[in-house]
Amino acid sequence: MDFFLEVLIGGLLAGVMYSLVAIGFVLIYKASGVFNFAQGAMVLFAALTFVSLGERGVPFWIAFLVTLGTMLLLALAVERLVLRPLVNRAPITLFMATLGLAYITEGAAQALWGAQVHGLDLGIEDVPLDLGGLLVSQFDLFAAGMAATLVLLLSVLFNKTRIGLSLRAVADDTLAAQAVGIRLSRIWVVVWAVAGLVALITGLLWGARLGVQFSLSLVVLKALPVLIIGGFSSVGGAIVGGLIVGASEKLAEIYAGPLIGSGIENWFPYVLAMLFLLARPTGLFGERSIDRV
Amino acid sequence: MSLSSPPLLELSHISLSFKGVKAITDISFAVARGEICALIGPNGAGKSSLLNVINGVYQAQEGQIRFDGEARRHMRPHHAAERGMARTFQNLALFKGMTVLDNVLTGRNLKRRSSWIEQALGVGRAPQEDDEQRRRAEEVIEFLNIQSWRQSLVGTLPYGLQKRVELARALAAEPTLLLLDEPMAGMNAAEKKEMSRFIVDINREFGTTVVLIEHDIGVVMGISSHVVVLDYGRKIGDGPPDAVRANPEVVAAYLGTRH
Amino acid sequence: MFYSEAGQFSTRYAADRRLFRLRRDRLGLGLLLVFAFAVVPQIGNDYWFSAILTPFLVLSLAGLGLNLLTGYAGQLSLGSAAFMAAGAFATYNFQLRIEGLPLLASFALGGVVAALLSLVFGLPSLRIKGFYLIVSTLAAQFLVPWALVKYGWFSNYNASGVISAPRLDVLGLDLSSPAGRYLLTLGIVVALAFLARNIVRSELGRNWMAVRDMDTAAAVIGIPLARTKLLAFAISGFYLGVAGALWAFTYLGTVEPHGFDLNRSFQVLFIIIIGGMGSILGNFLGAAFIVLFPLLLSNLAGLLLGGLIDPGQLENIQKMIFGALIIVFLIREPEGLARLWQQFRARLRRWPLRY
Repeated sequence: MDFFLEVLIGGLLAGVMYSLVAIGFVLIYKASGVFNFAQGAMVLFAALTFVSLGERGVPFWIAFLVTLGTMLLLALAVERLVLRPLVNRAPITLFMATLGLAYITEGAAQALWGAQVHGLDLGIEDVPLDLGGLLVSQFDLFAAGMAATLVLLLSVLFNKTRIGLSLRAVADDTLAAQAVGIRLSRIWVVVWAVAGLVALITGLLWGARLGVQFSLSLVVLKALPVLIIGGFSSVGGAIVGGLIVGASEKLAEIYAGPLIGSGIENWFPYVLAMLFLLARPTGLFGERSIDRV
Repeated sequence: MSLSSPPLLELSHISLSFKGVKAITDISFAVARGEICALIGPNGAGKSSLLNVINGVYQAQEGQIRFDGEARRHMRPHHAAERGMARTFQNLALFKGMTVLDNVLTGRNLKRRSSWIEQALGVGRAPQEDDEQRRRAEEVIEFLNIQSWRQSLVGTLPYGLQKRVELARALAAEPTLLLLDEPMAGMNAAEKKEMSRFIVDINREFGTTVVLIEHDIGVVMGISSHVVVLDYGRKIGDGPPDAVRANPEVVAAYLGTRH
Repeated sequence: MFYSEAGQFSTRYAADRRLFRLRRDRLGLGLLLVFAFAVVPQIGNDYWFSAILTPFLVLSLAGLGLNLLTGYAGQLSLGSAAFMAAGAFATYNFQLRIEGLPLLASFALGGVVAALLSLVFGLPSLRIKGFYLIVSTLAAQFLVPWALVKYGWFSNYNASGVISAPRLDVLGLDLSSPAGRYLLTLGIVVALAFLARNIVRSELGRNWMAVRDMDTAAAVIGIPLARTKLLAFAISGFYLGVAGALWAFTYLGTVEPHGFDLNRSFQVLFIIIIGGMGSILGNFLGAAFIVLFPLLLSNLAGLLLGGLIDPGQLENIQKMIFGALIIVFLIREPEGLARLWQQFRARLRRWPLRY
């Protein structure tokens, strides 16, 4: 029983990391209806920039701010060069454009900073902590704490500020929001920049775990089933979805792995997401929309 | 047609709501074979929803639909099409990436007998059937006077023409019941006149029963033999145009005070 | 005038339905086919056959497979490579396990297996729409290569799941030389391309486009949505399966499951974005671009910068250019190279008049 609990808790904490990537998605999807496949590439880009600056002797907070500035520039470029020319186009077109964006961002990250693996030390040791007889990774707890802080910050941003109010208006009804004078382009830059911040934090946590390397951009593939399960438009859904995926894939690997073969972590979340989709096509927290004809 | 022949379409006690909001409340009426029946009422009265219930795009929570002798709790769009209903939509629902001819041909898809393999290989029943389908499609295209745009992509045509192409696609199915959702919306007087004539011609030449939604009272009174008035999802009037025009409740709700 | 169509009226519907209505188009295509089948094998060299022409043809076929599903029927898929893998491994097993089965029959059966698999992963499309569907196709993308590695039976218990080409002979003709493999590929691809063009112009093709453009209206006019979508998945799967088998056996010779990873799926998707969605010709243009562009870029870099750029860096630059091209095409020419060709042809038809 203890072993089961340990696997479950380990999985849940790993799921927090998935949730982080998924939150970046949800922000952009809510504000601009874009399913941003480049979120993973942004994680890679941010982490690689931060680490490379650090290796060149730039202090932590300056490197952090410079990276954040870079992500802001990226957001500006995306709004100007991708979103604005593609306004009012089919969601599938926008999705494919973000595939192109992912290629550009990945290529640029590696062209600028090289392809080798960088270590990243945040000063938190990855040692198991004994919590009443259960062994829990200290690093995972830290990551969960960071995620909670981030979500708190985001909810303050969205619920207590003017920009947050306009953002919710845009998510609710884009046309009406524009009609009352909200500038769509500014909202887009803001959400993409905030998604850049989320990418940076995700990149730091994942990078400290796995090393900063190309595979970071593949976390996007983990986030997809999370989104399907939680629904595309809810931050809460992204968190719950992440926890479900994290816990279930670890449990499946441990308990079903020996029966059908190991390494099922890669596809299990997708099969799970498919089952969820068949039962609830709009995710756990999404709303069913009515087609008006 | 005699008065004793059963109606083509009969709705009994239809109620529809979205997430608890009532769109249609307990509506019953019948459409006789061969008539043009107009659904009128202010915006939001539930006219489009009712049309969507008739051919199964929406499923009503209560009530029954009897069409051409078959009673059903719910209609399904595909079943409705098979049974001989065709329709147009309020906001054009054409296949924008296809030519006018292809759009009209899709309307005839239920008339196909050959399999997709026969068609792909051009063997068996397919070539002869292709000719037949094309001939029928050309008849409709000619009837609605859109020959010159046959090979144009639908998305590039002006609005009035698109409305006509949509009617052509519905007509190509050789329906017994034609549902038209605001066929004249956004048209000028000349275009409205032309479209009214098409509708009357279809009704007379092919004997097609028509149910249409229209806001222009002049047009409605001019072409329809039966008018049903809705307000706030309820039926408040039902009868020949003159009787409906004289109904004080209808006048209050729609014709006089609010429109 | 080069492209005069004066006097070419179709007097019967059958004539109007012909695959290529204009005489010049038929003549041009005929000449192109004669050139590809008869002249190229004489003048080409092994490098061209093995490194350029064969992969170009196979990728065109893969693009065609995805285009039927995404470009015509409007169902987005990120799992093309999974169905290619299924086709390759199924073909391999048919050859291995059924004595004397003709090569072409194995290719066809491999395609059928991929078609059935594609059908299964297409089932969710009956309930979900748009990019929710990429989850189902991604599930295929991760599940299929995993199963091929995990279960040794598929690769006849090769330790790393590698399979190699069977003997390539058709009707007693040995086609294992580079030119022979090119001809085998060419024959299959041309036949399947003609079939595809017929399909997209038939009722089924119209139904696909109707579902793509507006599925509610399609249902209302009586198009059976489920059947139409599932046929798109199955036929697309067949094409991808045959393409996978050709990729494994006429192009590479040996292949492992990871040769069919997510990047391969993206490659096929890029072919149809650049070449043109909803176009048969576009797949060939897009595939030619995908095959030739990296060669061009590395030659250019070698010429201009003389080895100053290392290959890794060149790959990054290539990736960035590809990404940028995707976005540029989506913004400027969503119908891809095929549309540019059409415009060029339209001008040729009007020449020397301007309008």
